[in-house]
Amino acid sequence: MIKVGIPRGLFYFYYYPLWKTFFENLGAEVVTSSETNNKIVSQGIDIAVDETCFPVKVYYGHVNQLCNENIDYIFIPRIVSVELRSYICPKFMGIPDMIRASFNNLPYVIDITIDLSRNNKELKKEIIKVGQLFTSNKKAINNAYQNAIIEQKRFNQISKEGYTLDEAIKLWEGLKIKLNTKNDLKIGVFGHGYSIYDQAISMNIINKLREMECQAYIPEMLDKKIIEKEASTLPKRVFWTIGRKMVGGALHMDKRTDIDGIIYVSCFGCGPDSIVGEVIERKVKNKPFMLITVDEHTGEAGLVTRLEAFCDMLRRRKSNNESNISAHG
Amino acid sequence: MKVTFPHMGNSYIAIKALLKGLKLEVVVPPPISNKTYELGVKNSPEFACLPLKLNMGNFIEALDQGADTIVMAGGWGPCRFGYYAQVERDILRDLGYDFDIYILESPDSKLTELILQLKDLGQNVSLAEALKALRFAWIKLKAVEQMEKKLEYYLPRSLDKDKTEKIYEKSLKDIDDANNKREINQILKSSIKQIESIECTNDKILKVGLIGEIYTILEPASNVNIVKTLGRLGVEITRSTYLTDWINDHILGGYIKKSNHKNIIKCAKPYVNYWVGGHGRETIGYAVHFAKQKYDGLIQIGPLTCMPEIVAQSILGKVGEEKEIPHMTIYFDEQSGSAGINTRLEAFVDMIQRNDSFVLKEDAKSEILSWS
Repeated sequence: MIKVGIPRGLFYFYYYPLWKTFFENLGAEVVTSSETNNKIVSQGIDIAVDETCFPVKVYYGHVNQLCNENIDYIFIPRIVSVELRSYICPKFMGIPDMIRASFNNLPYVIDITIDLSRNNKELKKEIIKVGQLFTSNKKAINNAYQNAIIEQKRFNQISKEGYTLDEAIKLWEGLKIKLNTKNDLKIGVFGHGYSIYDQAISMNIINKLREMECQAYIPEMLDKKIIEKEASTLPKRVFWTIGRKMVGGALHMDKRTDIDGIIYVSCFGCGPDSIVGEVIERKVKNKPFMLITVDEHTGEAGLVTRLEAFCDMLRRRKSNNESNISAHG
Repeated sequence: MKVTFPHMGNSYIAIKALLKGLKLEVVVPPPISNKTYELGVKNSPEFACLPLKLNMGNFIEALDQGADTIVMAGGWGPCRFGYYAQVERDILRDLGYDFDIYILESPDSKLTELILQLKDLGQNVSLAEALKALRFAWIKLKAVEQMEKKLEYYLPRSLDKDKTEKIYEKSLKDIDDANNKREINQILKSSIKQIESIECTNDKILKVGLIGEIYTILEPASNVNIVKTLGRLGVEITRSTYLTDWINDHILGGYIKKSNHKNIIKCAKPYVNYWVGGHGRETIGYAVHFAKQKYDGLIQIGPLTCMPEIVAQSILGKVGEEKEIPHMTIYFDEQSGSAGINTRLEAFVDMIQRNDSFVLKEDAKSEILSWS
């Protein structure tokens, strides 16, 4: 059977069910790299240039692991844009080229270009092109894609129920997960999905909050319309898809009475975050707000201390009804 | 209405002429200094790239000098630049400044739109007057660039480098003060004559291609004046970005002169096969282009965390290896000290000089080429 490798990084968290279903429907076997571990991280750091951001370094590590496995293809999509007039980040536009320039032992790279910034006409051609690696039957390719979209929708539904994308993928695959429902705080947690849901990059921040008896309220739980409505209150449209989701989500949570505080997790050197983080910090007026910057040097103990201090502060604020105290330190 | 705008190299000379032609009172921000850096860094998001911080410094200094209107460009991503003006406006308002801001959106769109936006900005100017202002600004821009190119050529060769620089600086000032085309032509003629009359060395001159992000390449204050530093080390540089070319390619659609842009995009293949925002693809395209022309080395510069340049940097190693050209990447931020950068530049120049003067054995060559 033809084996297709999918690195467990970057847009894996958003689109894995779609990709997996598509390739499996075409008769391929899908192989993923293991969950991010120290070895993957250190190899990624070795191969990637120093200045790139942590999630991209980790992605390099995942690609490296797959290179050593016996696969026929490796799937590294070039994700330019997933909606009209919006982009992700320049690094996503160059990632197949970056990977090609850095590895000598790569399997054949499937580098489909996804660019919906103007229209979605090209996408269909690209999908057919990929499908033709497996079959010449265009109808079968189309069917595989339709099935993939159905599965992706099912996955999106799961992620709305308060599970992280990482957990939602597991649930979608049929595993069972039980969440700790005992909590007295509700904290909005923002950040690029490939950072906050990767347990090594964010150092498992969401589970740490759950252990501290907080409910992590993530942007995936919000309705897209609400996010867009709030984001459109800015004088200029934010042209990064994920960035706009963060701004809209944060502004919405700022108004909600049941949310106690907001945490923004950013990776050191993230371009969009340096701007989006600033916009959010300036616009969130009513809730305590904490910006956490992580990279490969971040220590877990430091993170725990900051989370604990933040939760303590929120609890004190809540119990003493000290909401008249400034939210900004 | 007193108008100001951010610095980017010598472009202020042309922008000033343009705004004056639109009958506006202009406040040119003071040249970028340590104070500009200090003000910019203090009041900008910590992880924003250097150009935003320097913009902030420029604006604060200009507003303190009485400016009340800011003219700034916009854009639609994916590079951060497109959102600069939004963040800068919010920060300045929060600092308590009272001002208007004009954001010229979509520099990639049609020229007619841009002209109309400019006409709107002017104080009761007719379309003819707006066009005249644009034309005069363009003439100044071309003149300035001609002098920049002369400096790039003569500084490494000249035996009296101080004098060469002095003539160059004076010519810029004169162009800035000039009121019409005739004056500009006279200034050019006499300055070029002076610069060419300085005695030159007979040594072989090393040629280095300077590639990377547009602001860092154009603004000497953001790159510890790399052109002059290299010139004084006896290296002639050719930039990947000249402002007139950029305007010709991106705003005028190759209308004024034959554009080399398509060729550069072609050169970038198969290393970069898609647009990656900013100048990432052009950086690699020019790297290949310079390698083909047998340049001695490449220096890539950009602001720290610049996304398109990181894409290019990740690929530059492969280009250097395959095209056998030494290369180095330098990122700049507010922490960049000139002494450290100069040491790196000197080491790089020493290395390419050695590379040039010895016929190297294959194995030794690969060792040296891997420098970065």
